[in-house]
Amino acid sequence: MVGNISIQNVRKEFVNQDSTQENIVALNDFTLDIQPGEFVSLIGSSGCGKSTLLRLIGGLDRPSSGSIVLDGKEINKPGSDRGFAFQGSNLFPWLTVEQNISFGLKARHIYKDHKQDVQDFINLIGLNGFEKSYPHQLSGGMNQRASLARALVGHPKVLLLDEPLGALDAFTRMNLQDEILKIWQQHGMTMIMVTHDVDEAIYMSNKVVVMSARPSKVEAVIDIDLPRPRARAQDTFQVYRSKILDILNLGGDIAAIDYQI
Amino acid sequence: MKRYIIKLILPIIAVLLSIAAYYGLSDSGKQKATDYPYYVYLMLIVSVIYIVAVIASIFVKKIRVIITDKAPLLTGIIIFIALINTVTTKTTILPTLYFPSLDRIIAIIYEQRQFLLENIFSSFRLLITGFIWGAVTGFLTGLALGYNKSVGYWLNPVTKFIGPIPTTAWIPLALSVFPTTNSANIFLIAFAVWFPVTLMTSSGIQSTNQVHFEVSSTLGASTLYKVLHVAIPSAMPSIFLGIFYGTVSSFATLMAVEMNGNSSGIGWYINWQKQVMMYDGVYAGLIIIAVLCSLILTLLFKVRDRILVWQKGVIKW
Repeated sequence: MVGNISIQNVRKEFVNQDSTQENIVALNDFTLDIQPGEFVSLIGSSGCGKSTLLRLIGGLDRPSSGSIVLDGKEINKPGSDRGFAFQGSNLFPWLTVEQNISFGLKARHIYKDHKQDVQDFINLIGLNGFEKSYPHQLSGGMNQRASLARALVGHPKVLLLDEPLGALDAFTRMNLQDEILKIWQQHGMTMIMVTHDVDEAIYMSNKVVVMSARPSKVEAVIDIDLPRPRARAQDTFQVYRSKILDILNLGGDIAAIDYQI
Repeated sequence: MKRYIIKLILPIIAVLLSIAAYYGLSDSGKQKATDYPYYVYLMLIVSVIYIVAVIASIFVKKIRVIITDKAPLLTGIIIFIALINTVTTKTTILPTLYFPSLDRIIAIIYEQRQFLLENIFSSFRLLITGFIWGAVTGFLTGLALGYNKSVGYWLNPVTKFIGPIPTTAWIPLALSVFPTTNSANIFLIAFAVWFPVTLMTSSGIQSTNQVHFEVSSTLGASTLYKVLHVAIPSAMPSIFLGIFYGTVSSFATLMAVEMNGNSSGIGWYINWQKQVMMYDGVYAGLIIIAVLCSLILTLLFKVRDRILVWQKGVIKW
């Protein structure tokens, strides 16, 4: 399993239906190289094109110019080599947890040979006993777990996470962060996560990519050289924190006061 | 405990009262007499079924819950029937011609059961054939309209133009265009079902959450797989609504076509009984239709509950 992603001079322009308005340029001259097995977080102000970039890597949209290459092959459509966990859980409400997780395997007609994988992932994310439940019977956190399992069960080379934990309460969120890290360490796929949460990005990633405002390009790439498992309340954390916030022009006095405490 | 027992005895008291009124009060003498006291038989049958249910409820919890819930309602129904019977047979407040005694209505249902069954069967066959044609074509048109933009572009105006025409307005044309009355009737019922099913299927497919299509793309699903396993299941609640509206309008159409130029079926029977001034037959027909339509809808909702277990109830029946 590899998972090398090379993003070269990508531009993404959205044509405005209303011809009096100018087209929106979400990404411009965006270049980034992601190594196999890396955990990369994309962070930036709201509307800066983080999700757009993720959708391009997922093949859900095509770049206006430039190229995105996965292991030597240009990405032009969605594929099962890239798992995608969407914002919100988005499980199919008409399928049970088990049926949701096996959806991709069935769609690709490889379910028969991978039945055991479904059960393994149900166990891994701690949903045993809920196999036959429907999404509306489960909590938000459980839905999110199932949706992660659905994206993971086909063993993708790359997992794309679009603010997967955004809608959850703080405790469920921290729990799931640890579980995502556990899965990543076990399976070693490349992880690309969009997040709004600076702490989450530092806690989880090898690399934090700070994106500039629209039209967005790479503002800075910060390597997080902290040993794992990481402690959330560690001092060095704050160093990275203020560094990222400074780049985002949010550092200001607030960060300084924070730091003195 | 005491209240619970009183609740259970109420229907029996109501039956006894109604039988007492039947024999105790003197008849107005205007109603045609029947061979047997059918009204009393009905009351006795109801009581026997009720008592059996009460005994069963001692052992089965599910029956106990239903019976304690429904006992007051049953009492109310019995009292209502008893009132109708008293007014029609013991007084002359209502014209006897239009308001026959319950004895006479039940007598018709019992004595003409063979003939009525034949008519029920005839109606049912027509309804089912028309319904299946309408539901299948409606589903397919709706699917094509909802999923394919260019099909939608050309077909949508046609659907919007033809669909709202009331089915009964087609009757004269259908009767002259189709080779047999039966095929015309099937077309008319099919049409009544077709439009709501088309409309609701297409709108259900169109309102499929776009993210669900994207999720299935990232999971490696083909277009056909997405139609079958995402678009259709997600549109199911809406498709069911279409089928429900279609069923209701198929009942109306069934009656309309049977009363226009048919020579069998429950609708025809009611019309014929009216023409020969036999209003007991009209009521008998109405009661049969009420029971049948209600049974069909109950069945439909049972099917829905099976298919849409994943959804929390929308329409209650």
